[in-house]
Amino acid sequence: MTRPPVETRIRTSYREAIRAAIFEAMLEDERVFLMGEDVGRYGGCYAVSKGLLAEFGPERIRDTPLSESAFVGAGIGAAIVGMRPIVEIMTVNFSLLALDQIVNNAATLLHMSGGQISVPLVIRMATGAGRQVAAQHSHSLEGWYAHIPGLKVLAPATLEDARGMLGTALRDPNPVLIFEHVLLYNMEGEIAADAGAVEIGKAAIRRPGRDVTLIAYGGTLHKTLLAAEILAKEGIDAEVVDLRTLRPLDTATLLESIGRTHHAVVVDEGWRSGSLSAEVAARLAEEGFWSLDAPIGRVCSVEVPIPYPRHLEEAALPQPARIVAAAQAVMRR
Amino acid sequence: MPSLGADMDAGTLVEWLKQPGDTVAKGDVVAVVETQKGAIEVESFLSGTVERLLIAPGTQVPVGTPLATIRTDDEAPGAARGMAPPAMPVPTVIPPLPRTQPAGPPALATERIRMRASPAARKLASERGIDLTSIAGTGPDGAVVLRDVERAAQVSPVPAPVPLVPEPAAIRRGFDSSEMRKAIAAAMSRSKREIPHYYLAHTFDFTPAGAWLQRLNAARPPAERVLPAALLVKSVAMALKSYPEFNGAYTAEGFRPSTAIHVGTAIAIRGGGLVAPAIHDADSKSVDETMATLRDLVARTRSGRLRSSEIFDPTITISSLGDRGVDGMLAVIYPPQVAIIAFGTPALRPWVVGAGIIPRTLITATLAADHRVSDGHRGALLLLEVERLLQQPEAL
Repeated sequence: MTRPPVETRIRTSYREAIRAAIFEAMLEDERVFLMGEDVGRYGGCYAVSKGLLAEFGPERIRDTPLSESAFVGAGIGAAIVGMRPIVEIMTVNFSLLALDQIVNNAATLLHMSGGQISVPLVIRMATGAGRQVAAQHSHSLEGWYAHIPGLKVLAPATLEDARGMLGTALRDPNPVLIFEHVLLYNMEGEIAADAGAVEIGKAAIRRPGRDVTLIAYGGTLHKTLLAAEILAKEGIDAEVVDLRTLRPLDTATLLESIGRTHHAVVVDEGWRSGSLSAEVAARLAEEGFWSLDAPIGRVCSVEVPIPYPRHLEEAALPQPARIVAAAQAVMRR
Repeated sequence: MPSLGADMDAGTLVEWLKQPGDTVAKGDVVAVVETQKGAIEVESFLSGTVERLLIAPGTQVPVGTPLATIRTDDEAPGAARGMAPPAMPVPTVIPPLPRTQPAGPPALATERIRMRASPAARKLASERGIDLTSIAGTGPDGAVVLRDVERAAQVSPVPAPVPLVPEPAAIRRGFDSSEMRKAIAAAMSRSKREIPHYYLAHTFDFTPAGAWLQRLNAARPPAERVLPAALLVKSVAMALKSYPEFNGAYTAEGFRPSTAIHVGTAIAIRGGGLVAPAIHDADSKSVDETMATLRDLVARTRSGRLRSSEIFDPTITISSLGDRGVDGMLAVIYPPQVAIIAFGTPALRPWVVGAGIIPRTLITATLAADHRVSDGHRGALLLLEVERLLQQPEAL
């Protein structure tokens, strides 16, 4: 009998895990640099880059003017000429000012140049609601980017993915967007001391179950896991799948799961109409129809601008109780 | 696979007693099927030549699955190919739970209504060759969902390979008392859930019948003696001729009276449980014939070799407590039947005759009947008619 190697585990947070990933990338590859609003002296609006300026200096930790279009465009240019920029945008709401750069330039240049110009750019941005910062800072628009060919879209929901996705994204020769849910930054837990790059492009089963597949990502993963625990007490054994990568979607893992459970609920903090949840549900219907024993359920944000008051904000977002109710509805128990 | 009771979903084919090329007559025993009620001999409902056996021994199939094809005498060879034999005249399966009609415009009776079934249910049913319309759905608005098909197919969610030839131990020829208990539980629960029972009791003088039996049996060896049960069966069968609302089946379409009178006779099984196989056409059998049939049924019940028609056909049930029972019993109707008559143990009691009190052998007959079909007034007349007939046993 061989003894498994003892794994050293360290306590960390989602925020620290991302910082460690940036730190490691900066050490490993001198082409890597970070730029964005307040990432330097202020340490990042969510304190992700705190301390990095002192470590790496203003050449590699660059504060930018308040112009998303300008600094994302600068990032694209740097990437084209061989750098490996990490561009931080404060929230996905603000990324709309850079939509032209991301969608018309970053996503298209490889195609339009006949494969001559690739854009190895990583853009990190915060997404989601729950911190009472009102409608202009709280939306979940990652589903829009998941619509765009030429982009990869990641949504780390665990400490391991926060630690590991950035490195993998930087090695990708094409633009990768990483969406960090604002409620996850303070999430703490233990990870392996030597945690590093993780595979992207694959969904992960975070909780195996027999009766119903709950599909979530990013900020809704943990609410969904909580809902699964509540469902377990009621005799419904829910499987929870974390999408991890929103584009390209790992349809195979989803189909494999509903092939066993025959029931599915998609949980998405985005709004329901024209959403990522709609895309997931459509794929399950297209490719998994004969596995389904009930209509697919969805739990999304209420179709209003995310409200400021706490009780209204909570009411607008997917919550465990609504996920439980949706699972019960598709199970008809 | 015939339905050998309204509560039966599936049965296991144990043995073929006919092979392709064999000639069968209607009523011939062609196969043995294992059900919750034990091994049942399946009778052919057609005359002709066995063309093809479709199910291998050891296979469990849902009720309604064709077991074999039979070429009738007026068909050319091969004509029966691919034809499913008509389903046995099964009692209409009433959904296990009373269901309220979904709101919405009432569908025209002639309109073809699409079967509501989930994709997963359709796929499994198609793979297993199960007719979806034979399954009672438990999903939204009665839709057939996966678990319904799984139940019908008696498969686990992860299907295990089914051996074509069962382990020897899997072929049972007696009764599995736990399976029988499940069957009784299902039938009796359904009865109490769906049938509005009413009960009538009547105690009357059994002395003339008892005396007649004593005279009849005096000269006979024990094996040929007639038991009171035979007389009771015969008297009820004769009485039912004037009271058809107690003889038949209550189905989804309502009550279907039966012109034939097939009296189910409750037979207790050692080790627990009971079955009530039919004495066919009891009204036209003599008391001796009735007794012979009863004796045969008891023997075959105990050895687990009843025939499908005996299980399926009863139009009413009689439960006689025999000579070591109690005064009376309020019985539970066996669906889809609409009545059951229980006879207590005949016993010597003081009885007023004329102005005096004299010892007489009394018996209590109890009728449990379906109030959807009949009323207490007619039920009382039925019991009085049974009493009247038993006062002149020699006429039976």
